[in-house]
Amino acid sequence: MRNLVIFIWKHNFFFLFLIIETICMYLVVQNNYYQRAKFINSSNAVSASVLQTSAAIEEYFYLKSENENLAKENAELRSQLLASQFVSSNKYDSIYKPALRQKYIYTEAKVVNNSTSRRNNFLTLNKGTSNGIKENMAVITSTGVVGQVQEVSENFCTVMSLLHSKTTISAKIKKDGSYGPLIWNGEGFDYATLNDIPTHVKLAAGDSIVTSPYSLTFPENIMIGTVESFQREAGKYFYTVKVKLSTDFKKLTHVYVVTNIFRDEQNALEEKTIKENKD
Amino acid sequence: MINEIIRNIIRFILLVLVQVLIIKNIELGRFINPFLYVLFIIVLPFETPKWLLLTSAFLLGISIDMFYDTAGMHAAATVFMAYIRPGVLKLFSPRDGYEFGTQPTIQYLGIPWFLSYAGILISLHHLVLFYIEVFRFSEFFSTFFRVIVSSIFTILLVVVTQYLFNRKAEQ
Repeated sequence: MRNLVIFIWKHNFFFLFLIIETICMYLVVQNNYYQRAKFINSSNAVSASVLQTSAAIEEYFYLKSENENLAKENAELRSQLLASQFVSSNKYDSIYKPALRQKYIYTEAKVVNNSTSRRNNFLTLNKGTSNGIKENMAVITSTGVVGQVQEVSENFCTVMSLLHSKTTISAKIKKDGSYGPLIWNGEGFDYATLNDIPTHVKLAAGDSIVTSPYSLTFPENIMIGTVESFQREAGKYFYTVKVKLSTDFKKLTHVYVVTNIFRDEQNALEEKTIKENKD
Repeated sequence: MINEIIRNIIRFILLVLVQVLIIKNIELGRFINPFLYVLFIIVLPFETPKWLLLTSAFLLGISIDMFYDTAGMHAAATVFMAYIRPGVLKLFSPRDGYEFGTQPTIQYLGIPWFLSYAGILISLHHLVLFYIEVFRFSEFFSTFFRVIVSSIFTILLVVVTQYLFNRKAEQ
């Protein structure tokens, strides 16, 4: 101890210098924003990387709930899209903006059962009448069309998958709007067939096939798939198009059930017209 | 002795005032910031106690900092300059040491001695000051350029002031 005091006293000039310089640097860092920020940044570089790594690992534990939240949020967002609105053309405000009304409502649902290998395939979803699900509602996913609700119980519903012998979806070629019925011939879970496309349409492999505006069930412009190949049947003036489906039916987890609010109104009107014209 | 202390206190106040009232307001270009106040440390008597050297350097730097809003920067640079002053004096000392009663000025030791002595102290002071101010090495060369140009201007100012003061002292 005594030696230490002697040592410090001997070099008092150096130690005094050190003390005063420390005071100066303390003042610099304390009072000058720029230097302080720099200090915090460089000291943070270490802690930040540690925190980032730990968060990246932690993230995996919340993936499940996070996915569910995202699906829910997506459903809400899709409800707000212009395509989900019904344009009532007789109502304009002063700047000629059409008055918009909700036409489609998206409800997020989880696939609890699924089949792809049968001729008539079904899905089961965890939403039922208690969630407002009714028969004939459309089921889609973020990648494209899935099917149509067939039976509804209180908490579940079964969906007639696109991979079903009775499936008929009104589909159109996105680039020019020519439409036809899309059916599934059982050719495998990733292909379907689009019929009745006129031969004057200039088709090319890779063209997008989307839902047509004439469907009561599906909103317009929902992706179905892309043109894989097409051929003209002998003696017909229509193409038969082989469609590569955009949805991977083997990997369905979260889907959206689409409610068309005007479906009943439109359907009743159309049926009445057909009935009247029969006589 | 008392006379000497009073003269240094007056010089301290005058240099701070000149620095913050006149030189601070002179725009000499983006790279040029002369700091005349370091003259106070340069011309302190040889016999100044080392603790007094550091303390007065700290007080001088803090006074400048108050006016420049750069808390601690000038103080750090000036204290560093004061710390290396005894070493530099030793390096340039004549064979038989400094005569008693003389001061490290042009008047006593001539312009070549003074230029090398003051040149080293001023350059190191400016080096520390500008690098604390910039606080990063990415602008190393532009900062170094500022150090060199500003040091040259400070040395010029110091030499000119020396001649003015000395003439007054002789009268």
